[in-house]
Amino acid sequence: MGLATLLVLADGRLPSGGHAHSGGLEAQVSAGRVRDIDDVAGFLHGKLATSGLVAAAFAAAACDRPARSPELDAGFDSRTPSPALRKASRAQGRALLRAARAMWSLPPVSREPHQPVALGVVASAGGLTPVEAAVAAAHGTVSGAASAAVRLLGLDPYAVHGLLARLAPDCDRIAAAAAARAGDPVDDLPAAGAPLLDIGAELHATWEVRLFAS
Amino acid sequence: MKASSRVVAELDGLGGTRLAVLRSESPLLLRRTAPATVHLVGGGAGPLRGDDLSLEIEVGPGATLEIRSVAAQLALPGRGHLPQSRLRITATVAPGATLRWLPEPLIAAAGCDHRTITRVEVAETGSLLWRDDLVCGRHHEPSGHVHLDTTIRYAGTTLYRHELSVGPAAPGWSGAAVLGSTPPDRPRTTASGPEAAVAGNGRAIGTVVAVPATLLPPATSGPGDFAVMPLAGPGALATAVGADIRPVRAVLDPLCEPAATLIHN
Repeated sequence: MGLATLLVLADGRLPSGGHAHSGGLEAQVSAGRVRDIDDVAGFLHGKLATSGLVAAAFAAAACDRPARSPELDAGFDSRTPSPALRKASRAQGRALLRAARAMWSLPPVSREPHQPVALGVVASAGGLTPVEAAVAAAHGTVSGAASAAVRLLGLDPYAVHGLLARLAPDCDRIAAAAAARAGDPVDDLPAAGAPLLDIGAELHATWEVRLFAS
Repeated sequence: MKASSRVVAELDGLGGTRLAVLRSESPLLLRRTAPATVHLVGGGAGPLRGDDLSLEIEVGPGATLEIRSVAAQLALPGRGHLPQSRLRITATVAPGATLRWLPEPLIAAAGCDHRTITRVEVAETGSLLWRDDLVCGRHHEPSGHVHLDTTIRYAGTTLYRHELSVGPAAPGWSGAAVLGSTPPDRPRTTASGPEAAVAGNGRAIGTVVAVPATLLPPATSGPGDFAVMPLAGPGALATAVGADIRPVRAVLDPLCEPAATLIHN
């Protein structure tokens, strides 16, 4: 247990490039699907139950056994049909490793792993447990998109943080479920997909002007 | 109801395909409709709660098989105390073989609780077109619970791993990350009264997984909620989401025409 260490890793101010990504929200705002706080809530619930669960499972599994990261990385590839999302995830994984190398001593890991795999390896190096890595992954999945919602839609930041507070028990529940399966074969790990995130990411990647990288 | 059906296609030695095995149990009835085509014909209502169905498909070296269905599959509630209905599809595609799985949609009627588990193993040099369409609720009704769990492997490596949950037990499924509510340029509903009450439901999604990737057009996105995406491995996925099945069919049907196989260089 390293509660303060977990806060350091899950802090939105960690210089790992997360602020440059909207978690798919910018594409859906542009499509007219997300216009108000209720739409943001629906977006975040769906994202947490799909990408959030998968990220939590892969972070927990990588934290449990960092040596398994190449296999986990391939498993995350097979769950990420969108090339734009694969690219965004690897860019964030690389940025996280860069920040983490100044924090802890990392085991051998590929240069540009998927973000949840990188997060699990980093959490392990920081002495955290799989369930803590999974909490950081689940929370990170929604917190980035939530802060993007404030910027993209000019929503009341208090109301948006209220949403995050109400999602916190869900993040804990998902992280516990993910951590319980950390040792499962890669094909058996969660694979919940979010079709509109895939389609939106592909469309978003073709824009010439955008506020967020993904 | 417990049922198990099996089809095995192999080369007949004359350049065609013969069905070495075609065994079916109601409600998964298989009928040969063309030399290399089998149709699933409904042999009863459902799947209903308590159903445990299994379909095995085997395409031998160099053989070709296309599987279609004559009507949509309608998942219905059945008796509440029974376990969720389950359909397990297992397919193997041998070297040089082709499998085209192009059934009509699965419809998640209100109150249903259904799981489809799909496991496809394609050998190196095998080819595959795997279509799955899902309609969330019949006309003007909320969606029941359906969970799709799909694994497609190629040459011993997992190429595509995907799960999708819709219905009341799936948090946020009708939110803008998963299947979404209708954007304003396409009116949320043209109806009033009970129809308006379920606006945002009745969503549909279709996917086509292709191996090799050249069976689908090059990567593209739009118009509408549609994209063709090269997978990390040697395959591609086309996904379309719509307010109902029509826009999904409009973009995916042309990709599944026999002519599409000719794109293969």
